[in-house]
Amino acid sequence: MKEGFRQAMAWLHTWTGLIFGWLLFAIFLTGTLSYFKEEITHWSQPEVRSHALDPVHSLEVAQRYLQDNAGHSGTWFIRMPNEREAALSVGYRDAKGGPRGFVSKNLDTQTGQPVEARDSRGGEFFYRFHFQLQMPYPFGRWLSTFCAFIMLLGLVTGIITHKKIFKEFFTFRPGKGQRSWLDGHNAIGVLVLPFHLMISYSSLVLFMYMVMPAGIMASYGNDTDKYFNDLFGRNDAPKVANVATPLVPLPSLYAQVQALQPGARIGNIQVQNPGDSNARVTFTQSAADHVAYRRSANWTFDGASGALLSQGKPESGAMMTAFSFAGLHMGNFAGPWLRWLYFFFGVSGTAVIGTGLVMWLGKRQLKHAKSERLPGELRLVEVLNIASMSGLLLAVAGFFWANRLIPMGVEGRADWEINTFFIAWGLSLVHAVLRSGRRAWGEQLALGALAFALLPLLNGLATGQGLNHSVRVGDWAMAGFDLTALGTGLFLAWLAGKMLRRPKPVAKRPSRAAKKPSTETAEAS
Amino acid sequence: MTRKTAGLPLSYRLAVASRSLAALLGGYLLASLASVCIALVAPLPQVDATLTGLLLSFVFYLLAFIWCFACRSAWRAWLGVLAPSLLLGLISAIAYWMKNP
Repeated sequence: MKEGFRQAMAWLHTWTGLIFGWLLFAIFLTGTLSYFKEEITHWSQPEVRSHALDPVHSLEVAQRYLQDNAGHSGTWFIRMPNEREAALSVGYRDAKGGPRGFVSKNLDTQTGQPVEARDSRGGEFFYRFHFQLQMPYPFGRWLSTFCAFIMLLGLVTGIITHKKIFKEFFTFRPGKGQRSWLDGHNAIGVLVLPFHLMISYSSLVLFMYMVMPAGIMASYGNDTDKYFNDLFGRNDAPKVANVATPLVPLPSLYAQVQALQPGARIGNIQVQNPGDSNARVTFTQSAADHVAYRRSANWTFDGASGALLSQGKPESGAMMTAFSFAGLHMGNFAGPWLRWLYFFFGVSGTAVIGTGLVMWLGKRQLKHAKSERLPGELRLVEVLNIASMSGLLLAVAGFFWANRLIPMGVEGRADWEINTFFIAWGLSLVHAVLRSGRRAWGEQLALGALAFALLPLLNGLATGQGLNHSVRVGDWAMAGFDLTALGTGLFLAWLAGKMLRRPKPVAKRPSRAAKKPSTETAEAS
Repeated sequence: MTRKTAGLPLSYRLAVASRSLAALLGGYLLASLASVCIALVAPLPQVDATLTGLLLSFVFYLLAFIWCFACRSAWRAWLGVLAPSLLLGLISAIAYWMKNP
């Protein structure tokens, strides 16, 4: 740190990258999967059938179901099916039913009956994990937001460190060991730099009210709810009048929205005080219709008369800035091609973190090339590198295998899928401790290759909706999942082949290290 | 794990720890006070001023981190985050009293 500015920034880049790299890798990988959250959920719950979208019919179905089953509830929620999500989701507040006083059901849009799908979190699990890290509220959100800040810091210090960034971008020296890793790290980092900067800064924007509350407290005092009401332009619903009045048919309100905003896709509908003369119905436009989140894109109706009462308030410049970052982060607006681009950007972000971690170790390993075993701290990094990268891939595969193998009726089925995820991750850590570095990498990647490549087969055998079926009926979400799993399997097989075949430049160490698992266990734990 | 750390003197390690704390805590203080100051002083509607303060606070946190590891000594790191924090705190306090007499 006594040297120059650039050296200091390189030092900061290296060490923050090491300490937070493992967690960031997991956040980036599961976050990347979240771009296909609905598609993963579709794969995880193949019982939910897709039908042609018919909003009017869906609204009739939802209203009928809620009137029959939730007449006593004060608030209803309806989430409309869309291109990516087949189920019509209805929910209502019910103090006596469901967890946290909320009941939620997925309906088949044709029959109007609840879909009996296997109990699974599906894509929701990876989505939640990427910002909550399976920790109790609010610690996971704090930690993942801090990781996002470290990522942003890593990008800025990386740019400063790497002064000839654009010149060296065209330099790639493959097959040169450490040098190739560095070239790869830099090339991917620079190529998707705008995405990386956006994704890390926007994570901070999403949770800034939580991690930087001082500004809100100074300006609004104790009334922080007012800040959110101001920001999102909410109006409180009137109290129940206790005058029974039938709710207007929701399709008639839908027609009014279509007259106001032709072609608007509706994301969700909230009904407050249904069946009362003070009923309020709010239609919110789908997030897929705009890049930025729009507080203006909603319409509130009087549920008794059907009159339009208000429209969302327009956004200010500052709001558009914040809402654009939020929208860009979540990518709800992205169509299939852009969604795939998001996915590959996410993968490259994961790769930048992974190559960085590998380089940190590789550079220091060289100094110990002649000694028989690595010093304890380097061995610790090696074990954590393996468990956090190839181990996480095994955990993800384990989740999907559990989804197809755990019988349908098992109590707490969805929880067991998640348990499988963490058990597989834990076992990979144990394996990484017991085996020497290169073997552990190779074996875990090989197992991951098998686990992913066989997923389409498992899917076909377990559900009859394998590639032969999904491609024929044009179920591209299902087929896309299977093909991506197959592709992932092939990629991992290629990596595993490299790890297992090429003679290790650092000679001799593996065989001896493998004989002394007990001492290494002690050091690594 | 600490067997092989002999190469560097303890004072260096303490200085690094001190810089890290300056960045983590002092930087957070600076960022928070920057967001408070902007929220109270910016000539915008209340919600926009608050929002702008939040959006910009991370820039201050980032600069604080860079400063804490780029400056010549750990003392300067603390000085570099605490002095501007004090200034922002004073401005915020004045603005707060003017709004809430």
